[in-house]
Amino acid sequence: MNVKVVVTLKPTVLDPQGITIQRNLETAGIFGVQDVRQGKYFDVEVSDEVAEADRNALVERLARDVLTNPVVENYEIVWQ
Amino acid sequence: MKFGVVVFPGAYCDRDCYYAIQTVTGQPVEFIWHRETSLDGFDALVLPGGFSYGDYLRAGAIAKFSPVMRAVREFADRGGLVIGICNGFQVLTESGLLPGALLKNAGTKYVCRYLHLRSETSATPFTSAVEGGQLLSIPIGHGDGNYQADEDTLRRLEDGDRIVFRYVDAGGAATAEANPNGSARNIAGIVNEGRNVLGMMPHPDRSFERILGSDDGRLIFESMVMALSA
Repeated sequence: MNVKVVVTLKPTVLDPQGITIQRNLETAGIFGVQDVRQGKYFDVEVSDEVAEADRNALVERLARDVLTNPVVENYEIVWQ
Repeated sequence: MKFGVVVFPGAYCDRDCYYAIQTVTGQPVEFIWHRETSLDGFDALVLPGGFSYGDYLRAGAIAKFSPVMRAVREFADRGGLVIGICNGFQVLTESGLLPGALLKNAGTKYVCRYLHLRSETSATPFTSAVEGGQLLSIPIGHGDGNYQADEDTLRRLEDGDRIVFRYVDAGGAATAEANPNGSARNIAGIVNEGRNVLGMMPHPDRSFERILGSDDGRLIFESMVMALSA
């Protein structure tokens, strides 16, 4: 079972990488982009041996306790 | 009195810390491999700088799951002295032993240079040999040193006298220009509530002999020895 975990910086957190990308878009001939926020995603394969009822809790724990730092990041779980 | 330097794969200031402690304090010091589960016999621990586990995921994020960190947490809970330098500070925030988080430098660049720190409090076992307000010349070398926490946490740190070092200019003023990485309130180092766990981005392990450009870093190791001898 495949699931994607998308991790983004909280809206209040400064994202210097996103700002750098946005500021340099015009030199790439790309106009009209007002804001860029950089995040990351994790492509996760959950073993079939995990009971269906337990999968949500498993991925929730993975996303919350490992893949994000709750002080500065949010996550979203997208089942494929 | 025995010091331990925790060695994570990818750490590279472990030998600097070992040498600094040996040179400054003359006390016994041992390396502690990240798979170690017992810290019996140690009085103080150093989490050194570097890129533990390649800093994959987030700086310090994977180190928090290493077997030794469970023991470090118990050690800290018992009141043992723990100092995390640079990547060690990141490990301590990721592990929840210190509040807040260290983000990418606001200027996006890795910054490696000497700068001025203002010691904000002598009331810690790491700064008892430093006068409050004293300026120290200690270098940084990091890409993720931008200390951030929510307003409540920052207020608690401030009110509890837990901000230990701030980045300042040569005159001792905590200005925006003197802030190398965008840290909230120019914070360079903090302690936990129990005051026995210090995290700092600057490297006392790179500034303990004149030949290195400054020996101000000695004061931190000397303070630890004073605290442990008391």
